[in-house]
Amino acid sequence: MTTTSAPQTRAPRAVRRLGDRLFAGSARGAGIAIVLVLAGVAGFLVVDSIPALVASPQDVPGGEGVAAYIAPLLFGTVLAAAIAVVVATPLGVAIALFLTHYAPRRLSHVLGYVVDLLAAIPSIVYGFWGIFWLAPRLVPFYQWAEEHLGFLPFFAGPASATGRTMLTAGLVLAVMILPIVSAISREVFSQVPTLHREAALALGATRWEMIRLSVLPYGRSGVIGGAMLGLGRALGETLAIALVLSVSAGTVTFNLISSTNPSTIAANIALQFPESSGIDVNTLIASGLALFVVTLAVNVLARAIVNRRADFSGAN
Amino acid sequence: MSQLTTTPPGMTSPSPGSVRAARRLPRWTTAAVVAGALAVVLLLGALTHLHVAVSVLLTAVLATVALYALSRAVEGRRAATDRLVTCAVVGAFGLAMLPLVSLVYEVVSRGIARLDGEFFNSSMVGIVGEGGGAYHAIFGTLIITGLTALISVPIGLLTAVYLVEYGTGRLKRAITFLVDVMTGIPSIVAGLFAYALFAIFFGPGVRLGIAGAVALSVLMIPVVVRSAEEVLKLVPNELREASYALGVPKWRTIVKVVLPTAVAGLGTGVTLAVARVIGETAPLLVTVGITNATNLNPFDGRMATLPVFAYYQLTQPGVPPQYAIDRAWTAALVLIAIVMALNLVARLISRFFAPTTGR
Repeated sequence: MTTTSAPQTRAPRAVRRLGDRLFAGSARGAGIAIVLVLAGVAGFLVVDSIPALVASPQDVPGGEGVAAYIAPLLFGTVLAAAIAVVVATPLGVAIALFLTHYAPRRLSHVLGYVVDLLAAIPSIVYGFWGIFWLAPRLVPFYQWAEEHLGFLPFFAGPASATGRTMLTAGLVLAVMILPIVSAISREVFSQVPTLHREAALALGATRWEMIRLSVLPYGRSGVIGGAMLGLGRALGETLAIALVLSVSAGTVTFNLISSTNPSTIAANIALQFPESSGIDVNTLIASGLALFVVTLAVNVLARAIVNRRADFSGAN
Repeated sequence: MSQLTTTPPGMTSPSPGSVRAARRLPRWTTAAVVAGALAVVLLLGALTHLHVAVSVLLTAVLATVALYALSRAVEGRRAATDRLVTCAVVGAFGLAMLPLVSLVYEVVSRGIARLDGEFFNSSMVGIVGEGGGAYHAIFGTLIITGLTALISVPIGLLTAVYLVEYGTGRLKRAITFLVDVMTGIPSIVAGLFAYALFAIFFGPGVRLGIAGAVALSVLMIPVVVRSAEEVLKLVPNELREASYALGVPKWRTIVKVVLPTAVAGLGTGVTLAVARVIGETAPLLVTVGITNATNLNPFDGRMATLPVFAYYQLTQPGVPPQYAIDRAWTAALVLIAIVMALNLVARLISRFFAPTTGR
């Protein structure tokens, strides 16, 4: 805190007056408020989790303690998010390439805006879309996969008749994080120095070779960072999963096309919280704390990757 | 750029003499191949009744393969690969547009049925089955979102001012980092935080509109800070220096020079931030709950909000379910319309209030 008062005394031009002090003080106060809010989020979650953590295992839902309650949920969360990232990253990169290097310039502005609209749609609407549009259309594919790819653990079946499976949930999540992945990739791709691209073209490279040699290496860390930010978003996504996924408590399976799936932490909270009381609430908050920690780690790592690249490009 | 210097040998054409006389396919080839593929698929469809989606997919695959083969035969391996990638990139973009188009179509076509006066004029008090509306939910959403903006905009703007105009050293770095962290907080966790906070004062099981506004603020503040910070950074330093040179104190410089210059960007950022939180469901589900009656007091008990209304209409429709499901879709349609309108307003603000930069 001591370092922050230095710039004001050092500021050469401004005369210190009451208005100055009030304004600077309230601006700094707002900044500190953010620190307090974040500390509050972590603090309240920890405090409210403690009753669940110290309770005897029989009292916790599931009857085997908090860890056993959260573990399958954490597995489901990571599985759904992993599917989303695996699907969305290549698609997002392709969209970013299309908008920066393939589409006509005037068109690409409009199309970029359209892609951004995907990010604006509320998650509950994605849930509606997932149940009513996507899931029924995937059922034939699941039946086909069970028949022909059943030897893989992912497609062991029995195929869900409603299509409300882990794979459907992952695909809905993929659509939801697509705008983030593509927006960040787009930003780095458009920052590739013209000289790099022209050098490749001057050597006789085709457009794809130019992209492979100059754009993709330059944008690699941006793509990785974007994918991880998307992962962070997918981990915390709630309503779309709560609506789409048909769950059975405590399941742990890699089978992506059946109707018995592990739930995710966020979806489980949304489904259970309104009807919970007492120690159940504390257990749900404990699971929320686990989710908070996981997303925090992923986001910090993603920011570190994206910002490292930003420093690098600033030097150019 | 070591890759660049090492690649030229690999990029030479198969025979040195053919470089200048490289054969190219005429420009209309792509269109012709796609038309041909479409014709083949249509012919096939006439025989076997293909689904529309399958036909489109088949056309795309067929055209890509044909184009690749043709290009490979005439133009060589490298140009063929280039065309293959172009097809893949364009195809991926088309695939990504599919969810957006189908989603908007689905919501509009299913939601239009109940988009009538009653939907906007009545609440759900005493409604079983047909009729009913989202009057209470629409007003609940407006009130809670308004409160959220009331909390978030001052804190967000002042923080951005601090980061750009005042902040240095460790506190600035800490706040920048924490704002980044805050952007990534899952919305349900923000809801749990607000619930835990208000449960201290009002006891467990509390449901209050203001708690929802606090939860949404946790999500909205970082968005406001991020966008405002970017915009304030764009204000040229010459303006600040000119103001200082006239003897204007720093705070008046910020209020009278910096903020008015950036007002278009700030307005756009705030509008987009509102659009981001207005559709949030999860935090309201755990903090505000749902009610059938109209409650416009955010400090007294449960309120209805549009996203939560849509959620419960769909998941607990009652018997017969169709009426509630129709209401859910109409609520989704109204929600999307609000979000799109806010996005449009944001665009208009940035267009009409932008400072004239011409010199």
